[in-house]
Amino acid sequence: MTETATPSPPMMTDVAYYPGCSLHGTSREFDESLRAVAAELGIGLTEISDWNCCGASSGHTTDHLLGVALPARNLALAEAQGFDTLLAPCAACYNRLSAARLAIATDDGLAERMPEIIGRRFANSVDVHNAVELLRDAAVTIEQKVAVTLAPNPLEGVKLAAYYGCLLVRPFEVCGYDDPEQPTSMDEVITACGADNVDWDMKVECCGGAFSVSRTASVLRLGRAIIENARSHGAEAIIVACPLCHSNLDLRQKAMAQRGEEPMPILFVTQMVGLALGLAPVDLGLGRHFVDTEPLMARLAQRAAERVAAEKLAKQEAAVKAAARAEKQKVGAAAGASAGADSKEGEAQ
Amino acid sequence: MSAPSRTLAADILEATGINAATCYQCGKCSAGCPMASESDLRPHNVMRLVMQDRREAALADESIWLCLTCETCSARCPNACDPARVIDAVREMSIDAGVADMPRTIAAFHRAFLEQIRSNGRLHEMGMVMEYKLRSGDLMSDVTNVPGMLSRGKLSFRAERIEGVAEIKRIFEKCGVTP
Repeated sequence: MTETATPSPPMMTDVAYYPGCSLHGTSREFDESLRAVAAELGIGLTEISDWNCCGASSGHTTDHLLGVALPARNLALAEAQGFDTLLAPCAACYNRLSAARLAIATDDGLAERMPEIIGRRFANSVDVHNAVELLRDAAVTIEQKVAVTLAPNPLEGVKLAAYYGCLLVRPFEVCGYDDPEQPTSMDEVITACGADNVDWDMKVECCGGAFSVSRTASVLRLGRAIIENARSHGAEAIIVACPLCHSNLDLRQKAMAQRGEEPMPILFVTQMVGLALGLAPVDLGLGRHFVDTEPLMARLAQRAAERVAAEKLAKQEAAVKAAARAEKQKVGAAAGASAGADSKEGEAQ
Repeated sequence: MSAPSRTLAADILEATGINAATCYQCGKCSAGCPMASESDLRPHNVMRLVMQDRREAALADESIWLCLTCETCSARCPNACDPARVIDAVREMSIDAGVADMPRTIAAFHRAFLEQIRSNGRLHEMGMVMEYKLRSGDLMSDVTNVPGMLSRGKLSFRAERIEGVAEIKRIFEKCGVTP
């Protein structure tokens, strides 16, 4: 075989991966499940080397310029490492990186000063995407993979509430990949996984974000309203794509459970997709949550088993019916044949 | 507070490009604000104070620090006034003017957070919470959550320090921020 001059196209789509601090810490299950799902979907993630914290709300709340410069260094690193697309799964990081990109793109003065401030060459050429966007764009692939997964899909028919919160969708000029008031991207991913998305009221309400530690009472007030609304609309779990939303709804639910409120499992969108693709809960970090996901998983496994049994029974019944029908036809054909022979005999006479 | 020669609205216009006078006080921003029930000044009140040049009333109020930066106000403003950006700018002016009435716990959180970034380049959550406790005096909250977080692999005693930490320190200096 002769060697071809052009190399074969890469099998994977490669994106620069910016995990952010939470995915290396309190939300490491978001990182674990994202990596597992990306591998299944053929998306290559290359972690940007030496990335720094985006500054989160403490950065831009304290100083606007700092809130732009800290994310800009990461964009410059991705650019220098040869990427034109960056994936920031944490909603807060995604928001800060996108906001910095927009601020610099729309302010020539800022664009001119930025290389001096961050001490690096910087052309602001890297597009920033979040994990929901990535999964929505892969929805068809997810659906196809779910269809050919041998194990029964535990998510089939489960009612899930897509919770977007603030930073994935607002401000529209910064995010812009979905509607800021009635977003549907995460709902599309839920549907692609074979689950049912519930129609509810608190999709884009705030969970209390950065006040988790410093003003916990506010976070409990906001979180309780979100969980109760999801529950009253029939949700069996809430799906999130933000480490802050996750810890405010998951960890902080301990305080709500103490008041006798029923637990509501909170899953990262990547964990949901992983389950639909047949990945093991342990590989998706489900055991790291404070609200135990075991009862939900057991319930889903039981429903899946019942579905499989019902399908098997239906198949058996269908086979019995088909056999009976075939038998009937055979008898009918034999009777018809003998009747035909009789009439021939009659004609002959 | 020394009286600056310019109006607050002019300062806001220069800092953000937003003309506060375009706010017609419909109150839609405050209707959607998740912290409205806990704040004396709601987003449309801040816009009003800016228009009226009531600098001290805006800059020295605690309410601007209760903003979660959720951006609901700006997303719903029918006249593109962007109250969230205005409040961001008012907060910054409040710090510069030395009149910030930040609740102690929130101030401690922001300082502890930024100090982690400045010294490591990344947020070390355990270090941040310890520093927060020292700064806020809020020693007991969340202590019972620590064992659960450790057993779930969510907290680490060791900080991740990036190689370019000197670059980060330089960025803080260039922006004039000392946590």
